[in-house]
Amino acid sequence: MLDIQGVSASFNGEVFLKDITLQAEPGHIYVLLGRTGAGKSSLMRAVGGLLPLDAGTIHFAGEDITQKPVWKRDAALVYQQFINYPNKTVRANVEFPLRKLKLSRVELNLRVDTYLKKVGLFDFANRRPSQLSGGQQQRVALARSLARQSKILMLDEPLMNLDFKLREQLREEFLDLVSVGSQAVTFYATTEITEAMMLGYQVVVMHEGSILQIGSPSEVFESPRNTLVAQIVNDPPMTLIQARVTEGNFVLGSDLTIPLPVHLRNLGDGEYTFGIRANDLVPAVDSAASESCSIQFVEVSGSETVLYVTSPSGEMVVQLEGIHDFSAGGKIELEISAERLFAFDHLGDLLIAPGIGVK
Amino acid sequence: MIIKRVLVTAFVSLWSIFVLMPLLWALVTSFKSPAAVENGATYIPFLEFQPELTGWSNIFGGGGATTNLIPPLMNSIVVTLCAALISLALGTITSYGLSRYLYKAGFIKNQDIIFFFISQRIMPPIVLSFPFFLMLKALGLLDTRSGLVLVSIAGLMPIVVWLMVDFFNGIPKELDEMAMLEGYSPFEVFGRVILPLAAPGLTVAGMFAVIFGWNDFFYPLILTFGQVVTLPVAIVSLNATITPYWTLSAAAIFAILPLIAFAFAIERFLSKGSLSGAVR
Repeated sequence: MLDIQGVSASFNGEVFLKDITLQAEPGHIYVLLGRTGAGKSSLMRAVGGLLPLDAGTIHFAGEDITQKPVWKRDAALVYQQFINYPNKTVRANVEFPLRKLKLSRVELNLRVDTYLKKVGLFDFANRRPSQLSGGQQQRVALARSLARQSKILMLDEPLMNLDFKLREQLREEFLDLVSVGSQAVTFYATTEITEAMMLGYQVVVMHEGSILQIGSPSEVFESPRNTLVAQIVNDPPMTLIQARVTEGNFVLGSDLTIPLPVHLRNLGDGEYTFGIRANDLVPAVDSAASESCSIQFVEVSGSETVLYVTSPSGEMVVQLEGIHDFSAGGKIELEISAERLFAFDHLGDLLIAPGIGVK
Repeated sequence: MIIKRVLVTAFVSLWSIFVLMPLLWALVTSFKSPAAVENGATYIPFLEFQPELTGWSNIFGGGGATTNLIPPLMNSIVVTLCAALISLALGTITSYGLSRYLYKAGFIKNQDIIFFFISQRIMPPIVLSFPFFLMLKALGLLDTRSGLVLVSIAGLMPIVVWLMVDFFNGIPKELDEMAMLEGYSPFEVFGRVILPLAAPGLTVAGMFAVIFGWNDFFYPLILTFGQVVTLPVAIVSLNATITPYWTLSAAAIFAILPLIAFAFAIERFLSKGSLSGAVR
């Protein structure tokens, strides 16, 4: 087990990690989810020994590795940029880390062949990395990291620099490669919630060097600990609105009053922050629970339309199935699905989540 | 477009004439007989004058001449090669350190250390001549090859550091980190990953070190007295009033021949190796 206790790191006054505590079991994938600069890479670098720590300890399999030099740690890292040895062939790239393992020549060749075949680059063994496409280069990096069969495997946004289609394809491929039969503690950093949902045994939500929440993908998605987590695990981000609860009613602004839905019934009177997912805001057909909004910005991606709107109670993000003919400057009546509301207290901590209900 | 090409061609041709004419002149003169030199400007051997080897035999002590440039040549080769190799070795390690690790001693940081090295080149040699003289004297190294090598290193290492720091900065740090994660200690990373990648830079730095070392004149002049005279000093000490032109010309050509040979030898390494593909 990898046991990270109270790890902090900073350089020149800039804080990279704040009191990180995390336990990770071999054979599982831990997804580090957070925006750029959340400390995902720093945490990996700390585990690898590349980032000097200000405080805290790291134990692996009972051994204190906090002060162990990088080259003795047996941790593999796949970078976001496609880092390979440019002067070596693909085969030599995969072979290089294995030379340190004191394998026999036959074993070594066999291992290289196996992993080159696994990533589908056996026929490219004699090429140089620069003669390969981006996706292939990243496969070389992955093969090099896997072939060593390190006890700790870390992938730092490995698909970030690839185009959308390739990313989707490689995501599944990588998942198979890193998880099937793996006995390594695996970390996978990403900014994308979809990736986290698909890969993660545990999702570690990070923000500005701290861990906000650790839990299974559904846990962090269905009950985000606070508004920040809710924003990070929802793409497009969750809409947050300030509203009142008065005598069993949900009161938004001055004109919208609806009875509290069942799951919020225990909320006492007062001011709360309510969160609603972008796909739980729908154009109103004929409902009292609607807000009149003006459209600021329209984004069509794939088969979805995302609207950024301004309502009397603040900015909202709406995600609609299909492609719609909305344009910026237009008006839209939005219905708030009250039964899908998240309630947060004034500090932003989650009070009540709607639960995994049928939408 | 055509005008531009014509202008460029014209300029390059003119420039080549400026550069090559004195060389050609010296080359032609070195094969002339006393009579042919006095006869005015003639350039084409066998047609305009009858070539002779008098000048060339004179610089090797032939024809009763007191001059022999072979010992200075050996001095120059030994001193230049030793100084260049040591500078290259020390300078490369220094540059790698300066490129990869942060040094801090009070207000002195990496950039200051790099500037310190370069400042050795900016400073006029005369500034250091007296201290160098005293130091070599104290060490008993005046008028020795080792002494000259030491002093030469002080002049050549800045060139190597200056070139190599930039070169190492161009190699992504992630490569070092990755190799370390793959089980290679920092020295192994330097030797097995980074040095092979730095080969083109090393070639350039080595070339500059050899050229500057070869042409160094001032320190050999003041720090040697006859035992280990180098080629540039030996040539200058050929007194132009008593040494004939053809001998001087032969000596000048002779002094640049090793450099030309060296340039041809390393030419193929200059374009070899490339960093492309290290990072997308």
